[in-house]
Amino acid sequence: MANVSIRDVRKSFGSVAIIKGVDVDIQDGEFVILVGPSGCGKSTLLRMIAGLEDVTSGDIRIGPRVVNDVPPKDRDIAMVFQSYALYPHMTVAENMAFSLKLKGVPRAEQKKRVGEAAAILDLEKLLERYPRQLSGGQRQRVAMGRAIVRDPQVFLFDEPLSNLDAKLRVQMRVEIKELHQRLKTTTIYVTHDQIEAMTMADKIVVMHDGIVEQIGAPLELYDRPRNLFVAGFIGSPAMNFIEGRLEQAGLALPGGVVLPLEGHVPAAPGSELTYGIRPEHLQVAPAGAPGSIPATVTVVEPTGSDTTLIAKVEGSHLTVALRERCALKPGEAVALKPLGQQGHLFDDQGRRIAAA
Amino acid sequence: MTALATSSSSRQPISFAFLAQVILIANSFIMLYPVVVMVLSAFKTTGEIFEHPFALPDFTQIGNFAKVLGETSMPAYFVNSIIVTGASILLIVVLGTMAGYAVARYESRTNTFILLFFLAGLMLPLKLAVIPLFILLRDLNLLDSRWSLIVTYTAIGLPSAVFIMAGFLRSLPAELEDAARIDGASEPRIMWSVMLPLARPPMAIAAIQNAVPIWNDFFFPLVFIQTDAYKTLPQGLTTFMGEYTTDWGMLFAGLTIAAAPITLLYIALSRQFIQGMTAGAVK
Repeated sequence: MANVSIRDVRKSFGSVAIIKGVDVDIQDGEFVILVGPSGCGKSTLLRMIAGLEDVTSGDIRIGPRVVNDVPPKDRDIAMVFQSYALYPHMTVAENMAFSLKLKGVPRAEQKKRVGEAAAILDLEKLLERYPRQLSGGQRQRVAMGRAIVRDPQVFLFDEPLSNLDAKLRVQMRVEIKELHQRLKTTTIYVTHDQIEAMTMADKIVVMHDGIVEQIGAPLELYDRPRNLFVAGFIGSPAMNFIEGRLEQAGLALPGGVVLPLEGHVPAAPGSELTYGIRPEHLQVAPAGAPGSIPATVTVVEPTGSDTTLIAKVEGSHLTVALRERCALKPGEAVALKPLGQQGHLFDDQGRRIAAA
Repeated sequence: MTALATSSSSRQPISFAFLAQVILIANSFIMLYPVVVMVLSAFKTTGEIFEHPFALPDFTQIGNFAKVLGETSMPAYFVNSIIVTGASILLIVVLGTMAGYAVARYESRTNTFILLFFLAGLMLPLKLAVIPLFILLRDLNLLDSRWSLIVTYTAIGLPSAVFIMAGFLRSLPAELEDAARIDGASEPRIMWSVMLPLARPPMAIAAIQNAVPIWNDFFFPLVFIQTDAYKTLPQGLTTFMGEYTTDWGMLFAGLTIAAAPITLLYIALSRQFIQGMTAGAVK
């Protein structure tokens, strides 16, 4: 096991910069998730750590060693690909043993290690099958088995669950998490799904447009997003944003509502700010309640465990997540009241400046 | 709209499929008829062929085959054909796969140029260049040898092989190679252990579509080969046609022997055509 350190790493394809200077420190045994929208450079960064892409500038260290020019096979890593990339002409056992075979590990030892990995992943009965005879979840497990037999310093996962259906994804999420807790191998995991990131990671690296927007524990990012991008990206349903202007009495929202602000706001009166509030921090209040925002219900989405309400306010829509069932109907007028100090204020650069 | 489309499409395929079957059956008849006549005639004497052209022969009467194999140079022609076709196909498939892999996978500016260079070979009928080719082979001291045919056929077959292999190898997921690279495979090893097993169907296609014309080729042996010991089957069989009389039974026996290997090869490899080896590689 090893820690991984990424120092001012950049990557360009021709004149196009894909990664624009990234610094990340990953501790030994940590489960780190790189998350961001497609095209943000997270997969490229992972492939650079794997050695499948050249580093344009900067250093990548695995353990004490700079690995920029080390070929993938000598980096002591294992990778699980989005398409699983199982060798179709080899059985499960041969797939898992391929790296050992290349290393010249004796046959008996190969068999033993494949057997151990198969036992961990519940693959013992499938060892003689070919990949085409397996279901999606089983293929996924074989791909992980292939990584485990190598007993690497670092596991790399490139969107491994995105080809699975929703139910299986939840199940595999748990399996990967359990596997990590059992093996305690440093893991770097790429996904565009922020739910995966929130549920699995020790530490999340939010990437956007080739840079790191924020690094932190899942709830840290959720509770204190550094900027508008992180605030909007992390959390489902997504955070609500309303533009407003800072006044003496509070934040003036479109439609004449003034949201009272507690505490100090480090911005000049009159500046344009964005107010962000998570759906679960909005409550349905009696019409005309002080500090509430008048709105019209447009959609009610009952999911059983909770209810999502989408309501129209002046200039935008707000999403409200209610734990209790509600009898509201589309077209009804409601008042939405934010819970105190749960909102966020962002300046015109998108930086979070205060709680509100 | 959808309902309309499904109702009309459910009626149409029946008549279309029926028509297709009729055409296919007629086509197989046209294709198989000469082959059947050839095989049947191989068991008849020349007299019987002209008396009862469509009658079933006595299959125990193998005099023609015995005569062809025992009294003529047919076995030597046969061996030459096997050597020439085998060596050409081996070279075409090996070189074509390697070139196709390079064209498909390694990014470089010369890639497109190299592919176009190969493709240009598809558009040039080499028979037009037979005189310069003759001079070239003479200068290389290859005339009147099996090598003259092997190098010529390899040159003719390579463009289509590169085209087929590059197209197929491009369609294989690059992640397979990445996985092998991380597993510790060297580039030749990736080619040998991962790509080649998957590339068997297109290799079979490249092999068959080159083997048939090479095996049947009459033109280049006629131009390049003078020594009887180096002649291939198509050229050798013409020696059975006398100036005044022809032993048709013997000729058909020779033709049957000549056609057998390529037909068997076709049947053997046709399974590879159909087999989808990449099923399960990626979802």
